[in-house]
Amino acid sequence: MPEWPRERRAIVVNAIGVGFATAAYGISFGAFAVSGGLTVLQAQILSVVMFTGGSQFALVGVLAAGGGVSSAVATSTLLGVRNAFYGLSMAPVLDVRGRRRLVAAQLTIDESTAMAIGRSGPGETLRAERLAFWATGLSVFVLWNLATLAGSFGAGLIGDPRTYGLDAAIGAGLLALVWPRLVDRRSIGVAVVSAAVALALTPFLQPGVPVLLTAVVAVVAGVSAAREKLERQAGAA
Amino acid sequence: MTPIWWAVILGSLLAYALKLAGHSVPHSFLDKPLVLSVSDYLPIALLTALVAVQTFADGQSLVLDARFAGLAAAAVALLLRAPFLVVVLVAAGTAAALRALGIAA
Repeated sequence: MPEWPRERRAIVVNAIGVGFATAAYGISFGAFAVSGGLTVLQAQILSVVMFTGGSQFALVGVLAAGGGVSSAVATSTLLGVRNAFYGLSMAPVLDVRGRRRLVAAQLTIDESTAMAIGRSGPGETLRAERLAFWATGLSVFVLWNLATLAGSFGAGLIGDPRTYGLDAAIGAGLLALVWPRLVDRRSIGVAVVSAAVALALTPFLQPGVPVLLTAVVAVVAGVSAAREKLERQAGAA
Repeated sequence: MTPIWWAVILGSLLAYALKLAGHSVPHSFLDKPLVLSVSDYLPIALLTALVAVQTFADGQSLVLDARFAGLAAAAVALLLRAPFLVVVLVAAGTAAALRALGIAA
């Protein structure tokens, strides 16, 4: 197939592009982590081992605000649940065993899954999907980690990260992460209610706990969505 | 070990365990309508709650400062379909400019 070299090149170029976009955000993660009280090594361990942006920001955010270990870990873990579902849909596509599966699992994040799914569909081949997953995962892994290192070292040099608006960049990056998920009335409702609940509870609870409690909003919305779907199926039958 | 170390190590191991679980457990284990539906909304709830807290909270008090202007600018950028990098830079730039000019804290 003569189109494959061209497609392969496009996939790799896209993967590198996504890597650079997340790298810019990785710099603010490194700076945020160190200014929040983590050491350079601790920030780096999060980027190497945890390696899932939303959870990393959540963990550091809760700790920096004075929250406890349990609420920090619980929030980051709940945010990591989505990666399990990405793995579920990626496993049959990748079809890897042994050591390769251990690596594939680590690279299973928003970006690699989204780029792979973007290559699926009629006319697209399995190898394009696989390449998109591996290329994006590796590109983001390398650049995210280099950026974390630059950010955590840089934080010591630039002084107060607020001068550069890095604290505002964190909220913006998280908003950009959730934005594509706000596709219907129920998801927008979940977003609005969760933000309101977290802010309303902030003065009364230890930092970290209000965010964690909004998981209840997700459960309520999930149950009502699942019930609606069942009723629709029953109505159609 | 300090509390931060505990959080870093426990959080990292649990994050990897979840990723590996997705690649390892039988499909039927996670593929239930209710589980799928709740897991769709979980990141929306937690991420927007985090956005709100990161923007308005200072410890246990609520404040309105340059972070809010940064977030509003980011929302406009997202509505204009700006790429991720632009969204983050617009927010940081807005907050930094307002602070440099002494308009907001």
